[in-house]
Amino acid sequence: MTNRKIDQATGTETTGHEWDGIRELDTPMPRWWLILFYITIIWAIGYMIFYPAIPLISSNTKGTLGYSSRAELEDALKNAQSARAQQIENIRTSSLAEIKADQSLHAFALAGGKAAFKVNCVQCHGSGAEGSKGNPNLNDDDWLWGGKLEDIHQTIKHGVRFELDDDTRSSEMPAFGRDEMLTQAEIEAVADYVLSLATKPADKMGVHENSGEETAGGTDNGAQIFADNCAACHGTDGGGDRSLGAPSLNDHIWLYGGDKRTVIESIFNSRKAVMPAWTHRLDEVTIKQLALYVHSLGGGE
Amino acid sequence: MNLNSDIEQFDVQAVNNKTKLFEATGKIYPKRVEGKFRQLKWLIMFVTLGIYYITPWLRWDRGEFAPDQAVLVDLAHRRFYFFFIEIWPQEFFYVAGLLIMAGLGLFLVTSVWGRAWCGYACPQTVWVDLFLVVERAVEGDRNARIKLDKAPLDISKFLKKSIKHLIWLLIAFSTGGAWIFYFADAPTLLIDFFTLQASSIAYMTVLILTATTYLLGGFMREQVCTYMCPWPRIQAAMLDEDSLVVTYNDYRGEPRGGHQKKLADTSLPGTLELGDCIDCNKCVAVCPMGIDIRDGQQMECITCALCIDACDSVMEKTGKPTGLISYATLRDYDLAAAGKAPPRSVPILLRPRTIIYSFIWCAIGLLMLFVLANRSRLDVNVLHDRNPIAVRLADGSVRNGYTVKILNMVPQKLMARFSIEGLPGGQMRTNQQDGLVTGNGETMSFELAPDQLKVLKVFVTMPANSLPKQTQTFQFVAKIPSRGERRVTETNFITRK
Repeated sequence: MTNRKIDQATGTETTGHEWDGIRELDTPMPRWWLILFYITIIWAIGYMIFYPAIPLISSNTKGTLGYSSRAELEDALKNAQSARAQQIENIRTSSLAEIKADQSLHAFALAGGKAAFKVNCVQCHGSGAEGSKGNPNLNDDDWLWGGKLEDIHQTIKHGVRFELDDDTRSSEMPAFGRDEMLTQAEIEAVADYVLSLATKPADKMGVHENSGEETAGGTDNGAQIFADNCAACHGTDGGGDRSLGAPSLNDHIWLYGGDKRTVIESIFNSRKAVMPAWTHRLDEVTIKQLALYVHSLGGGE
Repeated sequence: MNLNSDIEQFDVQAVNNKTKLFEATGKIYPKRVEGKFRQLKWLIMFVTLGIYYITPWLRWDRGEFAPDQAVLVDLAHRRFYFFFIEIWPQEFFYVAGLLIMAGLGLFLVTSVWGRAWCGYACPQTVWVDLFLVVERAVEGDRNARIKLDKAPLDISKFLKKSIKHLIWLLIAFSTGGAWIFYFADAPTLLIDFFTLQASSIAYMTVLILTATTYLLGGFMREQVCTYMCPWPRIQAAMLDEDSLVVTYNDYRGEPRGGHQKKLADTSLPGTLELGDCIDCNKCVAVCPMGIDIRDGQQMECITCALCIDACDSVMEKTGKPTGLISYATLRDYDLAAAGKAPPRSVPILLRPRTIIYSFIWCAIGLLMLFVLANRSRLDVNVLHDRNPIAVRLADGSVRNGYTVKILNMVPQKLMARFSIEGLPGGQMRTNQQDGLVTGNGETMSFELAPDQLKVLKVFVTMPANSLPKQTQTFQFVAKIPSRGERRVTETNFITRK
């Protein structure tokens, strides 16, 4: 304190620090600033009383208001749920056709279906439901087990070839090559025939390109083999049978690929893709919403 | 002996006349003054406050699907209504244009009339004036107020102060209260507000604006102009030698003094001729900024011209010509000071700066008017699906999906015809039923809800035999037959995945 002096120009006390003859003023804080500072201190004390504040060894002080951010989140979720409760209940009690006829309920179901799809379905079917090899594209109009609302609902609910569900959709294509039901030459012949069933687009600009090379002379023989071995499920014209999940072979969509090598592979080893039954993991409302969403993608019948 | 014994002398000092580096500013007690500029300020205060309080209550019929409030900022529904104009959020550039025009207008006014905005039209000036009217009515004029502040607190002082603050708070409350009526239907909100039915944001807004009006108008006053507002700095930089500013004509007034005889009687060598300024300090006493205009142009001066009124009244009493303090340009002041021209207070309207400002101002205004007159009240946005880009169907045809947004910006139910052009063979459909009236593959008719956005999912399918070899550009055409509106939106059809 001995160094303290009064600055002549301002009349303010100095701190006693001096650099090259320049002395530091000890200007007092403005009063408004001090008042604000004291208010923040009072505020902090109040905060510590009302809110969780001081960490203890295994816990913390809870505050008299009993606030916690987790409880706040739970409240928000509960509120969201209760706000949706009426529509959820309507979906539960209505048939798929009834939901589709009700504009606002349908819009609600589509939004829910879209969200559920992103969580549960995109892993196989892709984020745009565009599918991939062995996983059907859900946007198109080619359905293995049917594209009506009820069909889609059934497929999602009980899955395909899912052993744990008794109601699962089930069918089994023989492995014609591996089980030595057809010879290599016969398989090649029938593959040629199958590839000839689909009329290729004039410009060959397919999304799933059919690039198979036709083998001359093989088709007649192939037709006979097809009629004997394949037509029972895939139909005499190769149109498929949805009750058996037998894909149509005369359209432009190939689930595994439309080139000859892939078709031969399918005939030789058979194809047995599995889709899980979702009834064990999702509630009925979500499954209904999913069915409506998939149906709305453009291929629904 | 005092020559001008009927002229009151004021014991007052300019607030910015400081010798210390820092000193707390004293309280300013502006004295009441009469004169032509005071009259003008009363008129402007009346008009601006009138506009502010009355505007939300004007009605404008827009039919049953839009509010009938003439000026309404409907934040909840993202609409702005201004008499016959309705603006959607994407048309906010009109507001930006208006703000640019306001800025340029301020430049123009400043280059000709100096800080006329600050002195006459700025809300801070207008409300401080209003608060001062109340202060004078309750506590009396300058001297009475100074006396009252110095007096110890007794019942009379307490009553006066209470009444003043009560009226101030009432004004502040009605100021903050009027603001919210611009954002909701005014009559409904008024009833809701006083029956405690209004939204909490309305009460918060009124509370905050009441507090700021009370503080800024009642307590901070000139401090706002000097320390908080950026305009004084900007406007000061925009003045030039042809801008009118409030000027003390010192060549006429100096040396100042009220005791001509006495000075003349002293033993100074020769005779000291005093100027017209009798140093009564009235110009300082009336100044709401508390400055002395005789110190020259200052950053604090808001050019409210009350010192002109004050000085003119004194000049009339002393029998001297008015205009010792007057509006003058620096150029005219220099000429008059050098004796080359009589003093004058004439705005210099025509010079390159003002012409350029006016030209840009008019150009923006005309451009906006043109755009406004020709704007479409129908808008269509088309967004191609990103995933999947294209879907191959069983028969070999390819389908593309689009999200189409149709904006019906008219508060009427409209029928829209929607078609595709430039894509021979393309078939269009939607899986949405709401509002769909007809749809046959090439055209769809939709009912559009008034003043709303409609979102459609549209599928376009090209048959296998007419698939375009590469990405094909085509148009979605939306028509409103009843209004003759047509909107073409270009998009792509993509064949390959």
